[in-house]
Amino acid sequence: MKLKLRIWRQPNPEAKGKMVSYVLDDVSEDASFLEMLDVLNEQLIADGEDPVAFDHDCREGICGACSLVIDGQPHGPQAATTTCQLHMRKFRDGDIIDIEPWRAGAFPVVKDLVVDRTAFDRIIAAGGYISAPTGTAPDAHAAPIPKQDADAAFSAAACIGCGACVAACPNGSGMLFMAAKVTHLGLMPQCQPERATRVLGMVAEHDAAGFGGCTNTGECASACPKEIGLDVIGRLNRDFRKAAARAA
Amino acid sequence: MSANEYYTDGDPVADTKAPAGPISERWEQRRFSGRLVNPSNRRKLRVIVVGTGLAGASAAATLGELGYRVSNYCFQDSPRRAHSIAAQGGINAAKNYRNDGDSVHRLFYDTVKGGDFRSRESNVHRLAEVSTEIIDQCVAQGVPFAREYGGLLDNRSFGGAQVSRTFYARGQTGQQLLLGAYQALERQVAAGTVELHTRHEMLELVVVDGRARGIVVRDLVTGETTTEIADAVVLATGGYGNVFFLSTNAKGCNVTASWRAHRQGAYFANPCYTQIHPTCIPQSGDHQSKLTLMSESLRNDGRVWVPTERGDERAPGDIPEAERDYYLERRYPAFGNLVPRDIASRAAKAVCDEGRGVGPGGLGVYLDFADAIARLGEDAVKARYGNLFDMYERITGENPYERPMRIYPAVHYTMGGLWVDYDLQSNIPGLFVTGEANFSDHGANRLGASALMQGLSDGYFVLPNTISDYLADGPFEAVADDHEAVAAARASVNERVEFFLNNDGDRTVDSFHRELGKIMWEYCGMERTDEGLRKAIGLIRDLKDEFYERVKVPGTGAELNQQLEKAGRVADFFELGELMCIDALHRAESCGGHFRAESQTEDGEARRDDERFSYVAAWEFAGEAPVLHKEDLEFEYVKPTQRSYK
Ligand SMILES: Cc1cc2nc3c(=O)[nH]c(=O)nc-3n(C[C@H](O)[C@H](O)[C@H](O)COP(=O)(O)OP(=O)(O)OC[C@H]3O[C@@H](n4cnc5c(N)ncnc54)[C@H](O)[C@@H]3O)c2cc1C
Ligand code: FES
Repeated sequence: MKLKLRIWRQPNPEAKGKMVSYVLDDVSEDASFLEMLDVLNEQLIADGEDPVAFDHDCREGICGACSLVIDGQPHGPQAATTTCQLHMRKFRDGDIIDIEPWRAGAFPVVKDLVVDRTAFDRIIAAGGYISAPTGTAPDAHAAPIPKQDADAAFSAAACIGCGACVAACPNGSGMLFMAAKVTHLGLMPQCQPERATRVLGMVAEHDAAGFGGCTNTGECASACPKEIGLDVIGRLNRDFRKAAARAA
Repeated sequence: MSANEYYTDGDPVADTKAPAGPISERWEQRRFSGRLVNPSNRRKLRVIVVGTGLAGASAAATLGELGYRVSNYCFQDSPRRAHSIAAQGGINAAKNYRNDGDSVHRLFYDTVKGGDFRSRESNVHRLAEVSTEIIDQCVAQGVPFAREYGGLLDNRSFGGAQVSRTFYARGQTGQQLLLGAYQALERQVAAGTVELHTRHEMLELVVVDGRARGIVVRDLVTGETTTEIADAVVLATGGYGNVFFLSTNAKGCNVTASWRAHRQGAYFANPCYTQIHPTCIPQSGDHQSKLTLMSESLRNDGRVWVPTERGDERAPGDIPEAERDYYLERRYPAFGNLVPRDIASRAAKAVCDEGRGVGPGGLGVYLDFADAIARLGEDAVKARYGNLFDMYERITGENPYERPMRIYPAVHYTMGGLWVDYDLQSNIPGLFVTGEANFSDHGANRLGASALMQGLSDGYFVLPNTISDYLADGPFEAVADDHEAVAAARASVNERVEFFLNNDGDRTVDSFHRELGKIMWEYCGMERTDEGLRKAIGLIRDLKDEFYERVKVPGTGAELNQQLEKAGRVADFFELGELMCIDALHRAESCGGHFRAESQTEDGEARRDDERFSYVAAWEFAGEAPVLHKEDLEFEYVKPTQRSYK
């Protein structure tokens, strides 16, 4: 199929970016979206132009590296699918496709479609862990965990840290990401001692990093490729209120 | 006398660190005999850990907890994106929670046998011992393993094991284990013991007075190259499966860190041992950039077949039972569809070579769930494999509930890697290697769910203990930034970068990588021959020359330049590919993942040759003709037998 692509090009963080158009003549519908960009880049290099920079690694929807806004939607049109898992058979011959980076105050553009998401790591460092130094653990069966809790914890822990939630949110909030971690750990019995300090620390870091506040628009959950639901945000809010009241 | 003209023989090499005595006491003994570092001295010692996968993040976090000063590097934008994140199936541990006869000794035995008697008994026993502590550690960190209704941990049997010793977190075990290690790592970052450097690539090892003392790294965003000096360097940089271009590895996986260390004198052991996984989604066209693994668990319920007649173009549903060949069930009645990975892979290749393959290019076989759906119902099949079926449909556009899946083998894991002793130290003092980057525990073939076990065993429990024996001699003398060795290492990095940017070429890096991958797959893949390997060495050398003449790298060195990153990695893959072929050529036996067509039984099964090849091949870099150092293997506890799955 033949496609027209309009891609955000920005040589460095300081430069002003712009949309640039490219035409690809012969795209296989079996190619993945990123393979389509590979083909474009091979063509650009052959023509002596600078190839388009984009983040990717596993190309199977688990590392969270890929991060494109496709036709206005983070990770594109297919639900529960990362950009790298999206295939060209979802598009039609003659389509015009817009490709942009995540846009959010806390995720500055590094180059073209690559953004800086280290703010997510800082949120984890501010409390998104259980303090369990190596070698101190009791036997794994010492504390059984009800299956439904373990399953719910897993569902929240399935977050891949891609940042689509932030890109989708009109406020650029990192609430869904943060709440998924708070929920995962909060469902584990061994993490109760740190529950209050965790949520206070993470929220403070989230706000300091320049993420916006949450106004319950729900865009984050619709964009999440791992289908993490809004219920995690309710959980975070409850934990936060309790912890803040106790700290006051 | 070397067996061919491509290499020369050197002195044997020995692992001098493994204690003698009863095997179950060796690890205990080594921990006792190794020297310790006083807690107040640890603060004065810096350790560089390259890699944030299971092997790197666990080591960096644990060393930080112990009070060492740690610098941790990865090339991704976050440590959490290391390739370990993609592991699906599970992690083994000899917990015997099922009371089904498992034990440390049985895991040890299975791993030595599974490795086809090409690993060290001491190392493997330690791995089996430590396995149980790993599960405790991960649970304490909050890893949400699958549980039963009673709240206890669930286990499954994996890869044909007779006991259920595999712990898992849905189909995302690697992700959950890595997030546990990553969170422990971030905790140390907050505590100030670990400095994290993301989007940084190690491009050279700095060796001063015979000791590994630092690394040269390039900041992938600014392009700046800098040197960091430390008391010890740990490489946890993963495997080299991407030498084949197409593999199940993440796109960024590469051999550069290991290869640079190899060029500085570190031995590279058993490079030809690669694992080909039988159940991957076949290639769909020339645009293909990687291959996707479909979990091995599918073979528990799926039946593998091809048409009996070659060139049968009918849709699978139109081929009657009588005209289907369930070749695994036919050839291996005892194990059927559950034969080990290497056997299933080779059998698929054999039927495709006969012209009976299905799908594009005839490179595929069917994995059929029709019987399972009839027997268990579609819902039950969906409950077991729903995610995988969805993934298959996303990629191929075909519905596996209605039409059998098409699968084909793909490169998956590399057992070879930098040579290390029992302490995980390479032959360069101060250079330690953990995880898939070393060669240590899997011999010629790795069992399913054992790579995660090894990465975490190395990183949480082994290295933090053994490295103290080395660091007890530190802190080592300061090394100035203008020291001869430092300046030379940095100059070599800068020269290489300049070369690529200034080369007046006309071919892309990827086009070379693809071509190299094809050569490797054709001649150093599932089946290897003397003639083919010699041919491959010639082809690789020619292509390498062409690469340096014609490669074109756009852009500059002072910016994010993904083509430049790739160029350096592919340059190292060329040299590695050649060594893999030389190793495969010299090892004129079949063992584990290495199948030499000349060494097979009458009915086409692998024939190992213990008389001639019961050793580790540790290669020393010496330009064109590497030097072979042999480490003899001894088996006191598990007597070598030929594998049989008939
Ligand atoms: C699809 C798939 C599924 C798998 N499933 C299983 C399974 O179910 N069970 C199992 O046991 N095993 C499985 N494996 C194998 C297992 O995942 C890997 O062997 C293991 O995770 C490797 O871990 P590692 O820490 O050694 O390396 P990696 O996780 O690959 O980490 C390498 C690290 O090194 C860094 N790095 C590399 N080079 C450089 C450099 N030059 N400079 C700076 N940093 C560098 C990277 O950034 C990264 O942080 C699977 C593998 C694949 C491909
Ligand atoms: S590249 Fe890993 S999730 Fe897309």
